[in-house]
Amino acid sequence: MLGRYIKSVGIAELLLALSVLILVVVVAVPVLLIVWTALFVDGQLNIKDIVMVLSEPDTYEALKNSLVIAGGVTFLSTIIGVFFAWLVSRTDLPFKNTMKLLFLIPFMLPSFIGALAWKMLLSPRSGYVNKFLMNTFGLEDSPFDIYGLIGIIAVETMYLFPFVFIQVSGALERMDPTLEESARISGAGLLTITRKITLPLMLPSIVAGALLVALYSLAHFGVPAILGTEVGIYNIPTKIYERIYQSAGSFDAIRTGTILSSILVISAGLILYAQSFILKAGRFQVIAGKSMRPTLLKLRGLKMPLLVLSILYIAITVILPTVTIFMVGSLKTYGLEFNLENMTLDNLTYILFDWKMTKDAIWNSFYLSLAAAFVTMLVGTLISYVIVKMKVRGKFILEFLGVLPFSLPGTVIALGVILMWSGKFGINLYNTAWIIFVAYVARYMAFSLKSNSAALEQVHDSLEEAARACGATHWQALKDIVIPLIKPGMVAAFFLIFLPALRELTTSVLLYGPTTRTIGVAIYTLNEDGETVYAAALASIALVIIVVGQLVIKRITRSNVEGV
Amino acid sequence: MASVRLEKVSKSYDKHPVIKDLSITINDGECFTFLGPSGCGKTVILRLIAGFEQPDSGKIIIGDTLVCCPDEHVFLPPEKRSIGVVFQDYAVWPHKTVYENVVYPLKMQKVQKEEADGRTMKSIAMVNLQTLEKRLPFQLSGGQQQRVALARALVSGPAIMLLDEPLSNLDANLREEMRFEMKELQKNTGVTILYVTHDQEVALAISDRVAVMDKNGNIRQIGPPDEIYEKPADSFVFKFMGVSNFIPLDYRDGKVYVRGSDSVMEYPVPKDQTDALREGSLVAGCRPQDIQLSTNETHLRGLLKRAVYLGSTIDYRIAVGETEIRVQQDIQEALAENRIYAEGDKIGLRFLDMKWFARQEVDAGEGVS
Repeated sequence: MLGRYIKSVGIAELLLALSVLILVVVVAVPVLLIVWTALFVDGQLNIKDIVMVLSEPDTYEALKNSLVIAGGVTFLSTIIGVFFAWLVSRTDLPFKNTMKLLFLIPFMLPSFIGALAWKMLLSPRSGYVNKFLMNTFGLEDSPFDIYGLIGIIAVETMYLFPFVFIQVSGALERMDPTLEESARISGAGLLTITRKITLPLMLPSIVAGALLVALYSLAHFGVPAILGTEVGIYNIPTKIYERIYQSAGSFDAIRTGTILSSILVISAGLILYAQSFILKAGRFQVIAGKSMRPTLLKLRGLKMPLLVLSILYIAITVILPTVTIFMVGSLKTYGLEFNLENMTLDNLTYILFDWKMTKDAIWNSFYLSLAAAFVTMLVGTLISYVIVKMKVRGKFILEFLGVLPFSLPGTVIALGVILMWSGKFGINLYNTAWIIFVAYVARYMAFSLKSNSAALEQVHDSLEEAARACGATHWQALKDIVIPLIKPGMVAAFFLIFLPALRELTTSVLLYGPTTRTIGVAIYTLNEDGETVYAAALASIALVIIVVGQLVIKRITRSNVEGV
Repeated sequence: MASVRLEKVSKSYDKHPVIKDLSITINDGECFTFLGPSGCGKTVILRLIAGFEQPDSGKIIIGDTLVCCPDEHVFLPPEKRSIGVVFQDYAVWPHKTVYENVVYPLKMQKVQKEEADGRTMKSIAMVNLQTLEKRLPFQLSGGQQQRVALARALVSGPAIMLLDEPLSNLDANLREEMRFEMKELQKNTGVTILYVTHDQEVALAISDRVAVMDKNGNIRQIGPPDEIYEKPADSFVFKFMGVSNFIPLDYRDGKVYVRGSDSVMEYPVPKDQTDALREGSLVAGCRPQDIQLSTNETHLRGLLKRAVYLGSTIDYRIAVGETEIRVQQDIQEALAENRIYAEGDKIGLRFLDMKWFARQEVDAGEGVS
């Protein structure tokens, strides 16, 4: 009665093909192009050129700086992160829960805006703190100089240490307290316990956090661009930018960029591999799933000093720079003293309503982030569905391609996108907003895949099969059962992409054209052009958007949790 | 409603064969159970019939419709097979209320709203969930969720129902209740039921026919429950259907001994087993409750090693030579006849029923269940 159903190319194969196609075009080919361009000249393997490029004094210097910065930032972030994590989870520090939230705020602040603020505070001649100290104590020379390696390391540390903090405080809270208690019963003192029991058990989390910091710092553009280029200090991403920018995108510059990028990709790959290896090896059965109440160290006399220290740390790293941005943003001219006479709202209204460049930048950032977040969310859902749920041959290709974006720094993606979409393959998107859009999709695909896969893994196969058995077609089952159940994951993915994309700098700075500046690019170029006041004003608008965005996310994710 | 026929169906995962050339027919309106240890492939059979998996070869026919045949490129997707499925983990949709869960199959069939409403409420009433229809699954107990799944599977009047260990997550009381309700449902609706379980008690209680499967996916015996229990095809089936004793026998000077002892076995060995007995390859099998203890000297003698009180019965372990025999005595009967014994007693065993197996087969089946 029902006849025969020919099963030739099924939906599964179609979806797989589509997902693979998207990942290949958006992620794989650009990366391959980078490696290809780095290795081959006129179709021939050319190692000599690579060695030559790397032994040029300034590329060599950039490599060295990248390493020094990443090393310094990782070291400092680890110390600060572990210390504060221990303080809020293992001592009787007052207002611990509030402090814990406060320590996460640096995550929200774009580090290049932080760098901008610190430049205003600590640049040798015009920095406000320097000027204040010189006036107060009658000094001849400015006591601080934020430009240079030390300044870069300090500022990056301020905004990257939460990686370590989150990892370690989470692990400390979930650690089985009986492990420490039994050491105590055996007669060990607190110091011995910390040294011999707690620290070794925390080591995997510490290392995992530290490696994340290293990964970010190695490929970080914003802070070195603001605090380094002015005094001739470059790391790999800023060197790539400088070469391409100065030669107006000549092939030689791009080739140097691809060689340096390849080094970034390889180091990032190594770091991620080391991390997964350590996390796997470190999975002792000591960390219980449910949270328990560990014995808290009584700080006694140190209680108040340590609280003051923590608050001071937050005040200096978060509040001071933020306030500075807002204050400078409302100055009539940069360098004036902060008093009501010199303050104005004209900068803000000018930027928001009159100046085409900044208006464009805000608008560009908005629609690019919105579009990229939306598309990446949907594509990520599709790809995750194929990876997590479908039984098709050849899925491992997808799994591999899905992991790839995790190890790609923003600079590398920008370069790959330039190689892919600047006419070589028939499509020229250079200088259009599309090229930034494509780059964002590639850059944030990893976020979407992570969030969507996690959500999909929660949806047991039988839920979908039950719908099929009830007479629903594959699409109906997806629409009625799977999508509603993973909606929180999809919403999370959307915001995980939308917010970082809104303040993105590293990728778009290599891709922007005359009319396609983003907020990040606009702030950066304003600062470069010496328009410090406008840069600060735009940065303060960006900060407001970010804070509002975070609050919206919180509200949405919470109502989602309650809804299901 | 519909019969189900499998013809030479094979399925393997990663080149590891799970089902090999399986042919079986499940009759219209029958309650048929696949009984086997976990990992024997019984769930795979069910998933093949449902259409969640495709066989590598063979044919599956539901009613008059060929639903699956890889050689002819025929594959009917699950939604077109008119089946109801109840999963081991219920698979009740957490974002839909009881009512929304149950009405879903009717929505998919585009049944008119009033009719759908009536049938949904009837189905909910059938599983005794009236007044709970507006609840979300997390507000229900495991047993109630189970019944939602059952109502959902039944509501569209499927030709066959596929049930995958639906009772295994319930507590003992609820399990018994659901067992009964399911049997009632089948009587009332006449639906063909395919049931998959590792629990021989459930299988015996609800099935018209049972297929006993071994770990390798082979069907050892198919038959009605009493036949499976009373006339097991081999030692595997015998062992799988409940606690069992295997007693190896020897034949010396015209007498039957329990191997490795001087105890004479009185139970008559049937004629067709005498060859095996003479070769020393005969093994007697019996259930603990088919043995009676006595002080009678003429019965098989053993030493009482352990007695465990279990409420309605007493469980004894008795050593005869090197063989340990488990015996279960009804406590009321034993008290009435004054047959309560203590550890260390020398005791006689009277066998009420006995099955006969070949030793090689029993040894090969060792450790299967």
